[in-house]
Amino acid sequence: MTEDRKTAHPAVISWEENELAAALARFPERRPRFIRHGGEEIPRLALPDHPDDRYLESVGFPGRFPFTRGVQPTMYRGRLWTMRQYAGFSTAAATNERFRFLLDQGQTGLSVAFDLPTQIGYDSDDPLALGEVGRVGVAIDTLADMEILFANIPLDRISTSMTINAPAMILLAMYVVVAEKQGVKASRLRGTIQNDILKEYVARGTYIFPPGPSLRLITDIFRWCAAEAPRFNTISISGYHIREAGSTAAQEVAFTLANGLAYVQTALDAGLDLDRFAPRLAFFFSASSDLLEEVAKFRAARRLWARLMRERFNPADPRSMMLRFHTQTGGSTLTAQQIDNNIVRVTIQALAAVLGGTQSLHTNSRDEALSLPAEDSVRTALRTQQIIAHESGVAETVDPLAGSYYVEQLTDTIEEEARGLIDEIDGQGGVVSCIENGFIASRIGEAAYTYQQEIEQGERIIVGVNSYQAEEATHLSLHRIDPAVEEEQKARLAEVKAGRDQARVRAVLAALDRAARAESEDLMEPVLAAVRAYASVGEICGVLRRVFGEYRERQW
Amino acid sequence: MTGLDRLLREVHAGNPRSVARAITLVEDGLEQGTAILASLDRQRLARALVVGITGPVGAGKSTLTGRLVRFFLDQGERLGIVAVDPSSPFSGGALLGDRVRMMTQATDDRVLIRSMATRGRLGGLCTAAGAAVRIMAAAGYRLILVETVGVGQSEWDVARLADITLVVLAPGFGDDIQAMKAGLLEVADLLVINKADLPGARKLLLELQGMAEKDVLETSAVRDEGIGRLGQRILELEQELRRTNRLEEGRRQARESEALDWLLERLREPLARLVREEGAAGCDPRITAERLLERIGALG
Amino acid sequence: MRQRYRVLIGKPGLDGHDRGARFIARALRDAGFEVIYTGIRRTPEEIAAAAVQEDVAAVGLSSMSGAHLRLFPAVAEALARAGAADIPILGGGIIPDEDRPLLEQAGISGIYTPGTPVDTIVQAFREACERHYRGRQ
Repeated sequence: MTEDRKTAHPAVISWEENELAAALARFPERRPRFIRHGGEEIPRLALPDHPDDRYLESVGFPGRFPFTRGVQPTMYRGRLWTMRQYAGFSTAAATNERFRFLLDQGQTGLSVAFDLPTQIGYDSDDPLALGEVGRVGVAIDTLADMEILFANIPLDRISTSMTINAPAMILLAMYVVVAEKQGVKASRLRGTIQNDILKEYVARGTYIFPPGPSLRLITDIFRWCAAEAPRFNTISISGYHIREAGSTAAQEVAFTLANGLAYVQTALDAGLDLDRFAPRLAFFFSASSDLLEEVAKFRAARRLWARLMRERFNPADPRSMMLRFHTQTGGSTLTAQQIDNNIVRVTIQALAAVLGGTQSLHTNSRDEALSLPAEDSVRTALRTQQIIAHESGVAETVDPLAGSYYVEQLTDTIEEEARGLIDEIDGQGGVVSCIENGFIASRIGEAAYTYQQEIEQGERIIVGVNSYQAEEATHLSLHRIDPAVEEEQKARLAEVKAGRDQARVRAVLAALDRAARAESEDLMEPVLAAVRAYASVGEICGVLRRVFGEYRERQW
Repeated sequence: MTGLDRLLREVHAGNPRSVARAITLVEDGLEQGTAILASLDRQRLARALVVGITGPVGAGKSTLTGRLVRFFLDQGERLGIVAVDPSSPFSGGALLGDRVRMMTQATDDRVLIRSMATRGRLGGLCTAAGAAVRIMAAAGYRLILVETVGVGQSEWDVARLADITLVVLAPGFGDDIQAMKAGLLEVADLLVINKADLPGARKLLLELQGMAEKDVLETSAVRDEGIGRLGQRILELEQELRRTNRLEEGRRQARESEALDWLLERLREPLARLVREEGAAGCDPRITAERLLERIGALG
Repeated sequence: MRQRYRVLIGKPGLDGHDRGARFIARALRDAGFEVIYTGIRRTPEEIAAAAVQEDVAAVGLSSMSGAHLRLFPAVAEALARAGAADIPILGGGIIPDEDRPLLEQAGISGIYTPGTPVDTIVQAFREACERHYRGRQ
């Protein structure tokens, strides 16, 4: 509480008595007091002596609209961000082992990466899957694989984030059924599915169906989870891949938020209650190397989202306007040359994310540019977060960079630029139109081109690459996936298929086909039924492909 | 047998590599290209049908083309597709990405897709587009679709080259038909409203029917609707044009127009040189031109 | 009329990270090439058919997810089956040194990994095209 209550601004007092008090009542801060080495107390929230209207309107307080300083009043004094490192290799069994290692090391949530055939809805025995099975993540063909993946991991006690988009409904259904078999009700599940198809079309490329039917699948997931799994985050609206594709910081904010608004509108059009699903929306951003720009970007994103949600949808619940996000340090910034430099880069980027108020964080390993990371590299990446959390002091006060002339100015600029882009998208008929006419992809492409040309011309220095090179052999090596993995996976799939009740599988797939063709029928229940019958990802997507068709990109 | 004879034979045998090579020869202005054009099977050219597809960016032309291809393949046709994109005025290079939406069909040997860049020509098509069409026809690709990006004056070029021109529109492109480019509606033999499932399609349909005395068809390429009807209408229109001799008349005009284009293209360099030699210093450009015309005229 | 070098840039396999491939395509365009960009998720057969139909003088393949060992040679084979073994193939992306000999044996004539200056890559395409066109005469 403020020392001198007589001279504290009424807004400050109101914040303390409302948002802050409510937060402290829910859970206390990590320590009764935060004290510096010399003995002085660290303030919870540093404020100007006389906050003016501009401050109150634009900067304000954490946990209060427009949330520039954070979505939660005590931020990391109450709870540190979730340290969530990805894992996903080849087989479900190997991934299961890595999961249990990470949980033992103090990680607080699990993150699953799937291989490309799974992400694009092909089974491991599909001709298109040849050479790709288990390569960039775990191969999941049927419920049996999911059961192996989470063996001996109590799904009611951990939170799982799944990077899956086009077939998200299927993987979610599998997760729910695995929990069911553990005796865990869906209502207790915590986690996230990425489930953000719109960015796939412009930045990541693992789409299957065209935008319309894809949005229908997403809406059905929203609806089902709002009723059955309210603690599960149903979407991670992603800017990370947009940034990795080469966009600027302002574009990352603009295109992500534009996609978010489209999802909100889709859900409303489907009859969902805004204040029931909006609080569960989560975002996912990149943390790049320009520390101050990144901090400003995160603050601008929070403020802009809050303002846009209020302007367009006017929610009753303030949580519907809170932008909560996960961050990953930018993979494309890492170099294959002098890989130890990457540890430094990741540290700066992680610091930016924390100073920017992220809710959870993945830090890349130093060898990420070369291959799937080795165990000690992964550990160092995790330690980076732990050192920031416990040794750097930045987690002991909220939004410490607020009030910096530069950071506040940059926050304003990014917000303005992003808003301008969102208006432009609206003017062209919305994000789906801008996907189909190539507007978004071409903007990203131009930004990427400019950036790369700057590096080529030496205008932008990348240490170790176009300057400060060392006489070293750069060894790009890849995490070699044992070809036996693909064979084993195919064998397991064959076994599962042989042991199924074939009539039941045919029946559930036929039911799914019928439901898909009837435009307004829910698809989550038919997919759950299919999954329980051990229908495969490829079989289920095959049905949907026939009904919905496949998306083909437009180029420039 | 000379290399050229062999190439000609393979073109007529429908060998895609040879067809592609032959088109390149014409595109690059090489003598062999002209020689090949002189020896193409005239009957096949006469039997072929050229369908132009144009319209504003974002109307879904490429997807629609892909669907039409499938329809015509089912009818037993062999198809050639020429997709034209603009060259960069700065570097002269080009990004040709139209075939992306049709690529799965291109592995069917009844389909051949050629992407071409405008190479400095402002009309929306390249000068060699007509030649590409004729070579494809001689190779046995009976139906040839010519697709262009639809900016600038490109629709005129397409309309000249094609026997039947489709103008593809979609709802939501500026709601005002009056704002639509002058000429776009005139060149159409068939108007197509694609994305007909979107709001605004009905309104657009009524507007178009009110304005233009032309067939307006609705399709949704993404949903595969209306494609069959469109395909049938194209074939019916072809029969009408042949019966009334309008097809041959249209081709005669197209040939004259293309000959003029080639002439202008070949003359461009020499004329530019003359202008340079004449020296433009201090002289009004109009006068420079008149002076040169006199000199050329004087040469007989 | 001036000849333009026509090249094809494509990504075989399921990976969708096309930032690098798009950059090279644009850079080649800016250097005066006509670039047939075939997008992501292409089978070797689709790439070969496109290369033949478009009469390109060189093919550039990109792989960021490690599938190059299987897919680059598959494209070379598909080109050979289509009678176009004379079209040079250049490869780019995350390709470890120890894979180079295998790829070279399979017919990939140049490999360019991240950090290679774009001018080097453009020049490599130029030389490949020049050699190819000379071979036609």
